[in-house]
Amino acid sequence: MSDTQQGGAVATSAPPSVDDGLTPAALAEKYGLSVSGARPGLFEYVRELWSRRHFILAFSSAKLTAQYSQAKLGQVWQVATPLLNALVYYLIFGLILDAGRGMTKDVYIPFLVTGIFVFTFTQSSVMAGVRAISGNLGLVRALHFPRASLPISFSLQQLQQLLFSMIVLVAIAIAFGSYPSARWLLLLPALFLQFVFNVGLAMIMARMGSKTPDLAQLMPFVMRTWMYASGVMFSIQTMLADKPAWIADILMYNPAAVYMDLIRFALIDGYGAENLPAHVWMTALAWALVFGIGGFVYFWKAEERYGRG
Amino acid sequence: MADTDTNIKRSDVPTVICDDVHIVYRVNTGGGGKGSATAALSRIVGRGKAEVSRGVRKVHAVRGVTFTAYRGEAIGLIGSNGSGKSTLLRAVAGLLPTESGKVYTDGQPSLLGVNAALMNDLTGERNVILGGLAMGMSREEVRSRYDGIVDFSGINEKGDFISLPMRTYSSGMGARLRFAIAAAKNHDVLLIDEALATGDRKFQIRSEERIRELRKEAGTVFLVSHSNKSIRDTCDRVLWLEKGQLLMDGPTDEVLRAYERETAR
Repeated sequence: MSDTQQGGAVATSAPPSVDDGLTPAALAEKYGLSVSGARPGLFEYVRELWSRRHFILAFSSAKLTAQYSQAKLGQVWQVATPLLNALVYYLIFGLILDAGRGMTKDVYIPFLVTGIFVFTFTQSSVMAGVRAISGNLGLVRALHFPRASLPISFSLQQLQQLLFSMIVLVAIAIAFGSYPSARWLLLLPALFLQFVFNVGLAMIMARMGSKTPDLAQLMPFVMRTWMYASGVMFSIQTMLADKPAWIADILMYNPAAVYMDLIRFALIDGYGAENLPAHVWMTALAWALVFGIGGFVYFWKAEERYGRG
Repeated sequence: MADTDTNIKRSDVPTVICDDVHIVYRVNTGGGGKGSATAALSRIVGRGKAEVSRGVRKVHAVRGVTFTAYRGEAIGLIGSNGSGKSTLLRAVAGLLPTESGKVYTDGQPSLLGVNAALMNDLTGERNVILGGLAMGMSREEVRSRYDGIVDFSGINEKGDFISLPMRTYSSGMGARLRFAIAAAKNHDVLLIDEALATGDRKFQIRSEERIRELRKEAGTVFLVSHSNKSIRDTCDRVLWLEKGQLLMDGPTDEVLRAYERETAR
């Protein structure tokens, strides 16, 4: 509005007489002022988040680019890093420890590499989630945006990272005799469900990490335990064949193992449905919904407090 | 709203109301006073005073501030370092939650500044886009203002610097681009935290001009500054904060005179 400029010396310090005697709350009420920084309702929050989608996308790809911008090889590292990772794990688990018992080499190598990449996707989403708020307090205290943008953005960054890894993965799968087929289309729903699960988990970790930044020190150990328990480098069924069946069941129905197995099933020719637990797609969907929605609501509940640190 | 209420003058319309605002920071000190690991461990094991023993210290930065700002006002915030000026500004913007008391605002006040959203490893070009989106502009808005931002910053006056990463800029150039991005958006309630003096003399003049423009468009302006001159030039009302408390609230001349008397001693 252009006609709002008043000269310098309008009655500034003394409140106007019309509203004298009103309490601040009543005055705010009268002029329709709202509490600054109040938490919006859940649906309003979703709407705000949707209107910030371009920021979320730009922020995640900016983070991804910034990651290797000082390296001479630049973005080549996006592909080289997962490749080197796969090589190291193959050296130790494939050649030295012989963890691939019960599988041929043509199945085991893609099996191992898929497991590592897919688990890394969840692992790095969790680790980025822990620091999403606590590591970006400057941003949270400077600008207004739905705070869920941060954990979502970091998970999206990890998804883009995974897509680079998929280039390596596809090359390895083809090199070991698994050729593209219609079954590869199952990659899309499987990755999508895992992404939703990861975002939910990242939001839970973001809220916890904003209160307790120490989680950043603790989580690597939790994640490593989870990795070894999820059969990243061995087949749970084969390894636990002589143990009570319920142990293997628990391990196989844990979300990390479910998503890993689905993607292996989609990608690897020699890895058939007999390796999947029953109702695997339902389980994958359930994990995604429970964590996706639950994590979102849990994060939103503390929305107005993230600036405090 | 008030527009229908014809017997009320424009300037009688409140835009920001602070009602007994208290703000407390909780600082993780990484184990409290003594830094050694054993000291930290003994504090965890021994049951000391609950919060102190966990290495959390409370800093009571703003203590019971109450004021009402009206449309059309430009309000200066003065006080020594650490008196709670910036903290109060963040609470008005809704970025810091209050411990007790409430801040009521008309619309969404915003701080002038996007520094926190920018990334030094990215090109100036991408930072302009990222910063614009972070401030809540739409993609189309960013696109239409892009050239204006780059021209205003004057980054390209010495060659094609906008396509280089921001870490290669001199500190002055970086500050100019940051200001140009931040000042590209219009705000209802504008909060400025000592953002005025950046860059060389030529750019300072340009940025002061831009601030005046933003002021005209904004309903209410808050300015935190240690320069009494820029407060005098800009503001018609001044709040003087000391140790988190409102020491004085009145017309610029009156408050500044008292402040100058106090600081001269």
